[in-house]
Amino acid sequence: MQDALLAMLAKEPAHGYALRARLQTALGPLGAAMNPGQVYVTLSRLEKAGLVVCVDAEGAADRKVYEATAAGRERAARWFAGAAWPKPDLAEFHLKLVAAAASGMADPVELVALQRRELMRRLRDAQRAALEEPGEPVASLLLEGVVLRLEADLRWLETCDRTWRGNRSDREDS
Amino acid sequence: MTGDASGAVLLRVCGVSKEYGERQSLVRAVDNVDMAVRAGHSVAVMGPSGCGKSTLLHLLGGMDRPTRGEIWLAGHRLDVLGERALARLRRAHVGFVFQSFHLMDELSAVESVEFPALLAGCGRRRARRRAVELLEQVGLGDRANHLPSELSGGQRQRVAIARALANAPSLILADEPTGNLDSAATRDVLRLFEKLRVAGQTLVMVTHDPRTAATADRLITMHDGAFVDDTALSPAQAPAASLIDLEG
Repeated sequence: MQDALLAMLAKEPAHGYALRARLQTALGPLGAAMNPGQVYVTLSRLEKAGLVVCVDAEGAADRKVYEATAAGRERAARWFAGAAWPKPDLAEFHLKLVAAAASGMADPVELVALQRRELMRRLRDAQRAALEEPGEPVASLLLEGVVLRLEADLRWLETCDRTWRGNRSDREDS
Repeated sequence: MTGDASGAVLLRVCGVSKEYGERQSLVRAVDNVDMAVRAGHSVAVMGPSGCGKSTLLHLLGGMDRPTRGEIWLAGHRLDVLGERALARLRRAHVGFVFQSFHLMDELSAVESVEFPALLAGCGRRRARRRAVELLEQVGLGDRANHLPSELSGGQRQRVAIARALANAPSLILADEPTGNLDSAATRDVLRLFEKLRVAGQTLVMVTHDPRTAATADRLITMHDGAFVDDTALSPAQAPAASLIDLEG
């Protein structure tokens, strides 16, 4: 969120509450994921780091007007130039299945089923939100991404289920 | 759990198996399955292809008979009924939705939707009025006189859903209802299912699509003809907002 705030402040100064409203709109149905004070806490962190300055500190936290410093603008530019992307975080679960089979402490097939139930519940929450009145297309994109990611993970779990189920019946046969 | 956990059991399946072939070539498509579906609940059945989920759906709708076990729908035992009684019960209580829509090419949308009501002995004018209402409900009020060939896949499936609702069935059975649809059409159909679910329609669907299954209250997973998982999908206290992490 830090970089997005810096970028929003790069062109012109803005009130904390205006920034908060813009983020809220951008997040669409997932806007509630933002804590009420989160924007203000982040802004004061950016201020301490010298990336923004408060140009009008009259009144409460949300009434402060912020502006990006040269360093802040530079950081926003670097953010736009980069192509960082989170790596899939699957190794932990994969190793859990291997360890379950090796230790005999748990059944990998059961662990896959447990995980699948959890992801299906999340997918249901996401679907519920997505199927409510069609939102603004840009704001719906994030939720669509969440749904697609869950679908991909569920497909992977299906593959895990097939393989570990096969291993289990091989063990039973031998 | 949802508030209608107290709804009466509409559909009960006891020790049902369905076998094909014999001796060495015997295939147990459905293997000793038990389930109870309460009125107002929606259930999704998932599983790899060939796991027996479509066979199960056919058994539930009385389109096929079990080798063993009992199937009760709305107080009637399906598996022992004669053909004519079964057909009557199906018409009154069950609406079917298929992957490939199964609309008749030469019938317009409104004719397709009124057809089951006419079969059930409903008067022409009443059947027509109800069909028009149902088409409006599925968002196709302006397509009433279109033939299937003049409708998109998603629109055809919505006509098929309206048709399934024609006799106000106690139970809708859907076999891969979004299997032939692109993502926009899938969304339209799922939105409609969600509307039906909220309105208290009992629904059992078979699907391999997690998105479609996720609209149900309950998820059953089948493997080799048997249930290997049966879980409530009712959201705990997890609103959509908990789906992402936002770092400040």
